[in-house]
Amino acid sequence: MKKKYKLPIIASGPVHPLQEEMEFFQLYVDGETVVDIDVRLSYNHRGIEKISESLQFDQVPFLVSRICGICSASHPLAYVQAVEEIAGITPPERALYVRTIINELERIHSHILWVGLAGHFIGYETVFMWAWKYREPVLDMLEKITGNRNNYGNVKVGGCREDLPEGIDAEINPILDQIEKKMDMLTKAVLDDPILHARLKGVGVLKKEDAVAYAVTGPTARASGIPIDVRRDDPYAAYDLVDWNVCVQKEGDVFAKAVVRLLETFESIKMVRKAMAKLPKGPIAVEVKEIPPGEAIGHAEAPRGETFHYVRSEGGNTPARHKARAPSYVNVPSFKASCIGEKISDVLITLAAVDPCYSCTERVGVVERHTNRVIFDFDKLLQLSREKTEKIRKGI
Amino acid sequence: MSPDELFEKLNTIKSSLTLFDQPLDNRIYLHCESENCFEINKFLFQEVGARFVIATAIDCEQYFEILYHYSYDQTGCVINLKCFIRDHENPQVESITPLIPGAEWIEREMHDLEGIDFNNHPCLERLILSDDWPEGEYPLRKDWTHEKEI
Repeated sequence: MKKKYKLPIIASGPVHPLQEEMEFFQLYVDGETVVDIDVRLSYNHRGIEKISESLQFDQVPFLVSRICGICSASHPLAYVQAVEEIAGITPPERALYVRTIINELERIHSHILWVGLAGHFIGYETVFMWAWKYREPVLDMLEKITGNRNNYGNVKVGGCREDLPEGIDAEINPILDQIEKKMDMLTKAVLDDPILHARLKGVGVLKKEDAVAYAVTGPTARASGIPIDVRRDDPYAAYDLVDWNVCVQKEGDVFAKAVVRLLETFESIKMVRKAMAKLPKGPIAVEVKEIPPGEAIGHAEAPRGETFHYVRSEGGNTPARHKARAPSYVNVPSFKASCIGEKISDVLITLAAVDPCYSCTERVGVVERHTNRVIFDFDKLLQLSREKTEKIRKGI
Repeated sequence: MSPDELFEKLNTIKSSLTLFDQPLDNRIYLHCESENCFEINKFLFQEVGARFVIATAIDCEQYFEILYHYSYDQTGCVINLKCFIRDHENPQVESITPLIPGAEWIEREMHDLEGIDFNNHPCLERLILSDDWPEGEYPLRKDWTHEKEI
């Protein structure tokens, strides 16, 4: 990273071997206010696009599901949609429903996970414990359907690899009812809490024009008043066959992002219920003989935003070029717009509000502008963030 | 804009394009040479109001292609602008980052991995490759293999 100021910057190493998504944020501060931010990523670049060029078309879904553990249903789905577009394949209707169910269960567990982490960052440990407890049955359900809690590997070119297990509808509905009830309680608790209003409203605002300039997607865009959602705009799987709503907020602050995610969880629960009720009978895949030369794109709405894949075939059995873009790739740079001018104690929750993985926010260091000394590390920032919440709590 | 109006709007720049193709209702491919690339990007982002999604650089061995992917979310149409860079030895094109801040990282990535220079980019520094990676080694080019020792 190029040094912006004359003296050296001291920072602890950004690579944590146990976490994914290494990223390193360096905040330049003047007193308590952030004046600039540097982001460096790719400490753990795995060269997935290059590896993809050496794998056969039907092997690539297993590779791309490992781009992100949490979004391991949406990456392969976007990829297979691109390949299906090249070959002109339409998967059977039942496969479209199965894809929808798995993707929405993924969104439910991802959003609940985020709610828990957001609570942790601002000192609401009860929210953290509750949310992760409520998330667990969703992962159990995914394990029952696909065999794995993450990295499901259920989607393939032409349909799905495995059908839903028999009798799953009798199990899934009571679990959805239970999660809905718990999330309803949690949502009301969050929306009615005066401390959370005071702590999160007006914090880390991403204005609509900045959201357009940084081309952000998903809940980050929807919380800034941009009503985009690939599931509605360019429908895939069975999203045009079930009713649901796109959740949009205007404010662009951390509170708005939380509201969007909480409301979306209910929409996803609704969608899984409807998809289960309408699930048609029939095969789950069509036979695919060869992938002709051509190029196509596939995109899917992952929990964090639009996952975009571009695939080019030259008629062989491997892709000639495969580009994958995860939503965080466009959401993370928007920190330049949302963090500058904020107080240090608000940075952590602002960074967490776009829902990058946990490790992203752990790599934060604060550098004093005049001396280039690293004055705060992640633990100190976490402490500051919680102290601010505590101060508000006492004030109320 | 309705899909027909979008089609009409894109037709107004047909003279700067070498190809205008719509293989599916929601997929449009536009081809252009690198000289016209910046102006067409500006047209798509500012006049059409499409959302910049990402760009893909492809080494075609004799030349380079950059695909700028846009999404026109009102109709869900994905517009792919394919820009040809004919000079394989010294590939360069105008940067779109001054126009779209969200393109900063992907242009730095294409610079790292494919060796394409983006003129007027505000900060064309290493993003993907480590600082001690040797100059002139571009791992996403077709002639670069995993076995290569650096």
